[in-house]
Amino acid sequence: MRILGFLLRKEFLQILRNPSVIYIVFQSLIIQMLILPFAANFEMKNINLSIVDNDHSTYSQQLINKITSSGYFILTDYSPHYPQALKAIEDNKADLIVEIPEGFERDLVKNQKTDIFLSVNAISGTKGGLAASYTSSIITDFNADIRETLIQSSRFNSLPELEIVPENWFNPYMNYRLYMVPGILEQINVSPIKKMDFILSKLIPFWIIGMIVLTLGLIIAYIVYDIVPLGSYFTIYVFGAIYLVAMLGFGLLISTYSDTQQQSQFISFFFTLIFNMLCGLYTPISSMPQWAQDMAIFNPLRYFVEVMRDVVLKGSQFSDLLYQLIAIISFAVIFNVWAVIIKKGLDK
Amino acid sequence: MKQFRAFIKKEFFHIFRDWRTLLLLIGIPVAQITILGFAVTDEIKNSEIAIFDEANDATSQNLEGRFRASKYFHVVDMFHSTSQIDEAFRKGTVKLVVVFPKNLREDLMHGNKAQIQLVADASDPNMATIIAGYASAIIMDYQLEITDNIPYVIETKLRMLYNPELKGAYNFVPGVMGMVLMLICAMMTAVSIVREKELGTMEVLLVSPLKPFMIIVAKAVPFMVLSLVNVAIILLLSVYALNVPIMGSTTLLVFESFLFIIASLALGMVISTLANTQQTAMMMSIVILMVPTMMLSGYIYPIENMPVILQWVSHIVPAKWYVNIVKAVMIKGLGIESVIKENIILLGFIVLLTAITVYRFKIRLE
Repeated sequence: MRILGFLLRKEFLQILRNPSVIYIVFQSLIIQMLILPFAANFEMKNINLSIVDNDHSTYSQQLINKITSSGYFILTDYSPHYPQALKAIEDNKADLIVEIPEGFERDLVKNQKTDIFLSVNAISGTKGGLAASYTSSIITDFNADIRETLIQSSRFNSLPELEIVPENWFNPYMNYRLYMVPGILEQINVSPIKKMDFILSKLIPFWIIGMIVLTLGLIIAYIVYDIVPLGSYFTIYVFGAIYLVAMLGFGLLISTYSDTQQQSQFISFFFTLIFNMLCGLYTPISSMPQWAQDMAIFNPLRYFVEVMRDVVLKGSQFSDLLYQLIAIISFAVIFNVWAVIIKKGLDK
Repeated sequence: MKQFRAFIKKEFFHIFRDWRTLLLLIGIPVAQITILGFAVTDEIKNSEIAIFDEANDATSQNLEGRFRASKYFHVVDMFHSTSQIDEAFRKGTVKLVVVFPKNLREDLMHGNKAQIQLVADASDPNMATIIAGYASAIIMDYQLEITDNIPYVIETKLRMLYNPELKGAYNFVPGVMGMVLMLICAMMTAVSIVREKELGTMEVLLVSPLKPFMIIVAKAVPFMVLSLVNVAIILLLSVYALNVPIMGSTTLLVFESFLFIIASLALGMVISTLANTQQTAMMMSIVILMVPTMMLSGYIYPIENMPVILQWVSHIVPAKWYVNIVKAVMIKGLGIESVIKENIILLGFIVLLTAITVYRFKIRLE
């Protein structure tokens, strides 16, 4: 125990002597907490719009006004014909072209039917899809307005209408993402470790740093985003503490399998990348193919993300999270025991 | 020149000796393309939903059947009270609850207006929006079928340019290229130069007849070769596994990648002059390069949505310009004339970063 105390002091001194690592960990925490929520907002606002109006009628003008005043679009280009508008998309000056054909108003009034052409830059499917659906719904609205003025109100009412009322429960924005915690993993480039005391002395400082990072994350979430977990902080800390033990054990395991520091850094980077992609933050695990779902079972980060999300946003308690609790504890035990056994084998 | 070649040979030996790292350098793009291409898609399939049917009439049953038949949804539960919704969301068993109110059919047929509630678990807002969108489409379809002969219709004809099937791959392949090249060139170069400093072997190298700057360049050459191999792997995977064709000139695409590789190597060199330990070099690479590349190159998140300050910051992320080039050449099929601005910017980065390295690189060791 006395030896452990000395070793711990040495490790802390070592970390404090070269504070660049700590500095960078905290800096990355702050950058990520402050940038990610803004960056990850998919609600499109500034869609660059190009308009080709071949009709120049009252209706086409009304429609253009309705689209531009919706707040989703910025009119960046007004082209006389489609090829020029397409050039605007090629140059990234526009994301969407609304083309109103000649005779738009005449056809609508006389033939009761007219067309309108939307061309969307769909390289990003999500972005293109959202831009198209915003525009379509504005056009549908416009269509309903026009219809109302064109037909007698008696006939209009005879169309049965299903109104859809969307309702979002829980936090409307998932700002709070403890995304940086796996970053701790990169920290553990453990140099050769011989005895149990030595292992503990290496792990404990990083565990403490991890808990501080978690606390800072929660503080930033509260101050900047006004997010208070619906569940208890106690639940978060218990899960955080076990999760850190699991990840530190994983780092230890990597270090026992690597020959050089560079190699261990790189292997942990590789796993961080995979854990991140398969943790369910970007795509829900349920919509992944079976092999990816199977892989995600072995992803500790996935359980921690689930816990954070559920506790913070839905107020889940231990009883709701038993499965995740068991999973994270298992990871903690397996990784650490495995690492120690390998280490002992190497020392002999 | 002969000495320079000997140095490059030595650096190649370093890389081939450490086969685990080499394997990962090749494995990272393969894993990313496979996982992003096949596992992490924007598409929603089999999302768990529940139905709370207070109406229990022909209309609600018809709609329920449509939800059950949809490949987007998996109806896991039928609820009988509002409190069940809260409980299910807390446990995370369903993502959306469709609520059919009492007298649905009655209101629809005689009152001409009925409401259907879609209650979404918005703890993941993008997901909630997309799922609610799919559910609305099912309901709208039904509505279209029961109403006929609507007068005065404006029909919207939609054209999805470049990516008619809305495949995620069209967006992430350019992003992965930017990230992987940045990773290998900048991070690996920085770490391997700093390793010499940390281990004290830099002194040995510095007394060699080679000019100090050339020592660094020799370190960068193997990573450049490795990066070109990775460009080939990524392009082959995206064309043959993900069916993302190269619309423009392949030669131009490789040339542009080469330009970006040089810029990334220059960035790695600058980092190596700033860091003293491998750990610091690694962390700096992650914070200065990887995080901005992932978040501000428009590869995962659209740049237009970000606050103006972040959009401004994104201009100094070299990967952003490269991703633009790849999108233009590979996906849109444009020629070099449409990416002149991006090329000038990348060249500017190369000149600036090389100048900083030459200025900062210390010949003498403290």
